[in-house]
Amino acid sequence: MGHRRPLPVVLATLLAGLAFPALADYQLNFPPPKTGLAQQIYDLNVLVMWICVGIFIVVFGAMFYAIWKHRKSVGHKAEQFHESTTVEIIWTTIPFLILVGMAWPATKLIIEQKDTSNPDVTVKITGYQWKWEYDYLQDGVKFMSVLSTPRDQIENKAAKGANYLLEVDEPMVVPVGKKVRMLFTANDVIHAWWVPALGIKQDAIPGFIRDAWFTANEVGTYRGQCAELCGKDHGFMPIVVEVKSEADYKAWLEAKKAKAVAAAADAGKVFGKDELMARGATVYNANCASCHMPNGAGIPGAFPAITGSKIATGAKEGHIAMALNGKPGTAMPAFGPQLNDADIAAVVTYQRNGLGNSTGDLVQPADVKALRK
Amino acid sequence: MEAHAMEHGHGAPKGITRWLTTTNHKDIGTMYLWFAGAMFLFAGLMAMGIRAELFQPGMQIMSPEFFNQLTTLHGLIMVFGAIMPAMAGFANWQIPLMIGAPDMAFPRMNNWSFWILPAAAILLVLSMFVPGGAVATGWTLYPPLYIQGGISYDLTIFAVHILGASSIMASLNIITTILNMRAPGMTMMKMPLFVWTWLITAFLLIAVMPVLAGAVTMLLTDRNFGTHFFDAAGGGDPVLFQHVFWFFGHPEVYILILPAFGLVSTVIPTFARKPLFGYSSMVYATASIAILSFLVWAHHMFTVGMPTAGQLYFMYATMLIAVPTGVKVFNWVATMWKGSLTFETPMLFAIGFVSMFTIGGFTGLVLAMAPIDIQMQDTYYVVAHFHYVLVSGALFAIYAGVYYWLPKWTGHMYNETLGKWHFWLSMISFNVLFFPQHFLGMAGMPRRIPDYALQFTEFNQISSIGGFMFGASQILMLIVIVQAIRGGKKAEAKVWEGAQGLEWTVASPPPYHTFETAPEVK
Ligand code: HEC
Ligand SMILES: [Cu+2]
Repeated sequence: MGHRRPLPVVLATLLAGLAFPALADYQLNFPPPKTGLAQQIYDLNVLVMWICVGIFIVVFGAMFYAIWKHRKSVGHKAEQFHESTTVEIIWTTIPFLILVGMAWPATKLIIEQKDTSNPDVTVKITGYQWKWEYDYLQDGVKFMSVLSTPRDQIENKAAKGANYLLEVDEPMVVPVGKKVRMLFTANDVIHAWWVPALGIKQDAIPGFIRDAWFTANEVGTYRGQCAELCGKDHGFMPIVVEVKSEADYKAWLEAKKAKAVAAAADAGKVFGKDELMARGATVYNANCASCHMPNGAGIPGAFPAITGSKIATGAKEGHIAMALNGKPGTAMPAFGPQLNDADIAAVVTYQRNGLGNSTGDLVQPADVKALRK
Repeated sequence: MEAHAMEHGHGAPKGITRWLTTTNHKDIGTMYLWFAGAMFLFAGLMAMGIRAELFQPGMQIMSPEFFNQLTTLHGLIMVFGAIMPAMAGFANWQIPLMIGAPDMAFPRMNNWSFWILPAAAILLVLSMFVPGGAVATGWTLYPPLYIQGGISYDLTIFAVHILGASSIMASLNIITTILNMRAPGMTMMKMPLFVWTWLITAFLLIAVMPVLAGAVTMLLTDRNFGTHFFDAAGGGDPVLFQHVFWFFGHPEVYILILPAFGLVSTVIPTFARKPLFGYSSMVYATASIAILSFLVWAHHMFTVGMPTAGQLYFMYATMLIAVPTGVKVFNWVATMWKGSLTFETPMLFAIGFVSMFTIGGFTGLVLAMAPIDIQMQDTYYVVAHFHYVLVSGALFAIYAGVYYWLPKWTGHMYNETLGKWHFWLSMISFNVLFFPQHFLGMAGMPRRIPDYALQFTEFNQISSIGGFMFGASQILMLIVIVQAIRGGKKAEAKVWEGAQGLEWTVASPPPYHTFETAPEVK
């Protein structure tokens, strides 16, 4: 099917006098499948669909024939038959047999989908309100992946880019032709990790670990979205998977590891105010602004303001503890497991001395370390 | 003394107290139908808001929070406030008339089942105006997201409790009426199919409404009293809620559609001038669908990550439902076959029902296939699927029923031309609205998102245009009803040439009290 543009659709569009002609895109089926599983799902769906179309034509062919020929206005007299056991048995049995025929390939496919044994690479994926964390268990590489579409594009103040809402700061990277097993969980509410071209959708559930697998058969960038309603920014937590050649994948891993070493060195450092504020602003916008809003005003009734907040202008310890541990039973997440000491020190400093607050005190990574349990 | 006299008089009492204190099945049926109509328009306006926001990529007219509130309330109100009360309205009006009973078995409880509904509606509407706004979790109310919400989340739980109590009372009434108050000679297998479908639906309601009440009560205590039923950190299980919810939720969709089957099975024989084909197989098919509906709930949860055996079982059981559903469709077509067909508005909506509901049935079969559902779950494909079964299914059947009995209820013929316009505009705009959503889902658009990637633009615009057309077309229905109430050609007792059944033996409109002495059924 792919990217054909059927006439009725085009006509409907023209009739409506719509904008966006340059982007016209009437995809009628799944995106081109890039894994064996996705290909089989695609084929099974096409098969089932044609069976349904066939049945529809037969049954409604009969109905429209009756509508045409057996109408009162052409003088047709009603017959009074109203029962036939034979007919009832036939139209119970035939559909049943068709269903058995459809269930057979589906069964084989389910068994294959569930076979996560012998992976080459394992990645643990954790859903957060509203970002994904990728943890390469064998290699000690771990990072967050957040939407990178600028706010201006969402608010219609700037032209939208080609990958609007389907772009992230740090994509997940995997090697081509290798069996990738993913372990899914979530930190706050239920999310679902979905990349159509890979044929994977799996819920990420707090307190549970689920798994799924794929082997990508082509180098490329594949995009998807969170598929389980997870709160206000559910529509803004995309997934990007970059499938690279083995060599490129190795190089990417090495670069990631080097970066982690550099970050660890920050832990013992003492920073100046400007450094903390600049880094704090970045951390705030990536992690806190979705709830507490970019200007710190929050959303009344849902997320408290940081500006003038008792906690953000009170004792340092309480503020750091809130950032580290969150508040169970509310939407305020624990950032202790997500951010390193330097990031937390920076964002707390930023909340205390920016966004309309001015406590004047600085928080250093050592302060954060002291409060970690 | 005076009230006593009025109850046994032959006319209706006057004024507002008539409606507040009435125990008359016809009055209560009328109130249910008006209530459903009002809720339908209200939740329909919300859908217009949703389609307006989705007309273009980018956030235009509302915040993401408000968008989520709209999708949630639209779903909750359409299911519990519009479709279910409309079906209850038909039950109240028609079941006593169809089985030759003077009224429902428990007239005072009947008054209560209706009058607690507005309280629930008020709670839901009020919840939009409390700090933090209405519930924004979707009508499925999944925790842990539900636990995070504000005061409106508690209000909604109370609303659900009240709605459940109302449904249970109505169901007890319906079951007792049908089992005990049939006219002499009307055996079970002579009952009109509409009565059968409601009998089975009422049993479903009594079985599953308490399950829903239990699930939301657990949400309530998790939110307010420190329990951890659904909180993994406290040893609870978020997936447990989904199992319990769908154990209610799957039978619930049959609660919405079985009475619709009954309506269509009443309308088609009338305009085919031919008895319903395979009456007894229709009864058995309805009962099998009802039983199967308890055994398939986890097909809403294929992406939760069940074990292989779970995935397989729920797939097979779900696919099986296609068999009795297919039998129904074949029987309807066979009823039309070699009939003497005419196409008044009720028949048009019934034919629209059969053909569009079948499309929804086919996409349901696609979704039942667990491996395919992995791609489809929580996308616009699912949105399209359930609107094909609930809008062109349940709603079209309700329209068929309203046009069919409107002359009986009001004593006036409705405007046939306007009715036909209503059908054709609804039918066309419905498909413009929902057909493209299948493509959107397959191309990768999740449901419940307020903004989307650029490749989804065209189909969303087509869908929105269809949506506005569909919304506007429904005003015609209101006009037709008001016109028929205010006047028009006098309707005879037997309004339709091919109509069968006891309700056509009484005048149009029927006197305030009917069948005070039971009719004899041969
Ligand atoms: C998912 C939404 C969300 C995100 C993201 C979030 N918060 Fe919060 N935050 C909340 C909620 C909800 C509360 C209120 C908790 C309560 O009920 O006391 C809160 C409260 C707070 C408070 C206390 C405010 C007060 O006066 O009560 C501070 C300080 C705070 N958050 C800091 C942060 C920091 C720092 C970040 C980013 C690293 C952050 N939050 C990210 C939702 C969020
Ligand atoms: Cu999510």
